[in-house]
Amino acid sequence: MSQPKREGIGNVLIFAVAVCLVCSVLVSGAAVALKPVQKANRVLDQKKNVLIAAGVLEEGATTDAAGRGVEALFADFETRVVDLRTGEYADDIDAQSFDQLRSAADPSRSTALATGEDPATIKRLEHYGLVYLKRDSAGTVETAVLPIRGYGLWGTLYGYLALDSDLETVAGIGFYQHQETPGLGGEVENPRWKSQWAGLSLFDDAGAPAVALVKGKAPEGSDARSHQVDALSGATMTSRGVQNLVNFWVGDRGYGAWLENMRGGRV
Amino acid sequence: MEYYLSLFVRAVFIDNMALTFFLGMCTFIAISKKISTAVGLGIAVVVVLGITVPVNNLIYQHLLREGALSWAGYPGVDLSFLGYLSYIGVIAALVQILEMFLDKYVPALYNALGVFLPLITVNCAILGASLFMVERDYTFAESAVFGLGAGVGWMLAITALAGVREKLKYSDVPEGLRGLGITFISVGLISLCFMSFGGIDL
Amino acid sequence: MASSKEVLFNPILDNNPIALQVLGICSALAVTVSMANTLVMCAAVTAVTAFSSLFISLLRNHMPSSIRIIVQMTIIASLVIVVDQLLQAYAFAISKTLSVFVGLIITNCIVLGRAEGFAMQNGPWLSFVDGIGNGLGYSALLVSVALIREPLGAGTLMGYEILPTVNNGGWYVPNGLMLLAPSAFFIIGLLIWALRSWKREQVESADYEIAENIQYREAH
Repeated sequence: MSQPKREGIGNVLIFAVAVCLVCSVLVSGAAVALKPVQKANRVLDQKKNVLIAAGVLEEGATTDAAGRGVEALFADFETRVVDLRTGEYADDIDAQSFDQLRSAADPSRSTALATGEDPATIKRLEHYGLVYLKRDSAGTVETAVLPIRGYGLWGTLYGYLALDSDLETVAGIGFYQHQETPGLGGEVENPRWKSQWAGLSLFDDAGAPAVALVKGKAPEGSDARSHQVDALSGATMTSRGVQNLVNFWVGDRGYGAWLENMRGGRV
Repeated sequence: MEYYLSLFVRAVFIDNMALTFFLGMCTFIAISKKISTAVGLGIAVVVVLGITVPVNNLIYQHLLREGALSWAGYPGVDLSFLGYLSYIGVIAALVQILEMFLDKYVPALYNALGVFLPLITVNCAILGASLFMVERDYTFAESAVFGLGAGVGWMLAITALAGVREKLKYSDVPEGLRGLGITFISVGLISLCFMSFGGIDL
Repeated sequence: MASSKEVLFNPILDNNPIALQVLGICSALAVTVSMANTLVMCAAVTAVTAFSSLFISLLRNHMPSSIRIIVQMTIIASLVIVVDQLLQAYAFAISKTLSVFVGLIITNCIVLGRAEGFAMQNGPWLSFVDGIGNGLGYSALLVSVALIREPLGAGTLMGYEILPTVNNGGWYVPNGLMLLAPSAFFIIGLLIWALRSWKREQVESADYEIAENIQYREAH
């Protein structure tokens, strides 16, 4: 089928170069032309996740009841960078372009966690974290949304935790990326399960993080009950992971210092 | 050290390429009729994965990722969209080089693996491992351990399936289910067993 | 010479790439948990198979055979990158859930198998149709698997609730096994059984009758 002429080294080279040229034009063209749309998608997706956790936007919807879109809703939120070690704002870092996950992987901007101090199994903790704040007309914080992450059964769960104005009560929670078993641990996405988080009290009397995912909650009205959420049925490891990661991120190594500063009116 | 060991064990059992991610299934099912051939293919996969994943890691870390070209004076360039093309190119080229090298210097191994080597280019487990390496952002050392572990896990899986199929051929399977059908169901059962490794904390 | 119609429809039932040719199984298992993902994946695979067959067939008379495979891989990989970029731009949510599986279309044996097995010997139009046909055959099997997995596993189809589950206050207790990957193997195995009971010529001959003694010695 093949003539000997085609197999000459010159022909092979010319052919290879031609194919490479055509393909590279095609590939780079597509990548460059679509880049702005993709970037906008990624930013929009992140904003949407923040809004869903804060309870402003329904899952799967693109506008709220009043018909306001993601961009309009997100305009109410102020994005700030917090130094997790001191609990103060780090305004020299541009919050719009700051990538928290990337900085967690960068040894110059994060600390490695030893096994004992890493209940959420995130391995490296970044020095700076993002917060999203929604203020009312008087300027007091109405909702604060914190990024959270931690290990479940199969992999890391990524999500947002929204706090009420007292910064002690949960307003909502949402996980936007996880690999838990569908139907068991994957039920972290279930709206009915997530709805239990609203009103949950994060800290015990001594001020330590006390969220617990339990089978069979304490009786209504008791003190223990205010910290409890139903564990996910059939997903002990995922439940334990969620409990650990929430307590970790609102605790001292996470956003604890900032929350305390906020409550004391120091930042 | 302990960390790398746990990464290796994870890659072999918990994140098993064949039975948890279902990669490399075509060859997995096509070439698992006999244990001896399955082991041969398995070894070839281990060798190729052990080489290509770290090499692709170098390419990703130093050429493709955003900001990786800063040493050449282009800090803002993000070539990660070229990833697929580069990885598959590296894999195809390495397989070819490996084949020539073995043919020349280790003819015994070449004769044992010869048939399987070219097949490996289109084995999704090989490309898949490189893509997982990128997605999980492994360092060079981690990627080497992960590559080897993924290969060993795949080999383990195909050997197990070949063992089952060698016994299975003496059983009286309903006509329509014979061959491919019953193989699928056996793989399903084996993979169900492997799911029990999930959640083992290492 | 086969007619376009035969080339188009043969791969769906009579020569299904997954059920008979054992090609392209990897993604069949991983993406079939939800119908929406499955449809996007099928569209992507069909498009890549059709266009790679078309381009390779156009080039077949000029292609030096020594670099044949790598040229085919380059064309396929470029097409997959374009598809991946398009998905990231216009179907972001789905491209996130499909993650590495879009990239793995490159090594989907259907694509290379049709390029090498059909497009190298046939004209561009027939190759294009053959690519679509094989893509459709792949899609037919994937869609049937998803059609079983999503409703039984999650009580939904395309994300819409059809069987109200207990967790949402309904009556249906979802079958968790259906959401786990092994169920795809069982379903594909059973689908092959059903297909072969209907199209009996696809039944494989039994192994052990052919070379009983030799096989026996080798196994031990």
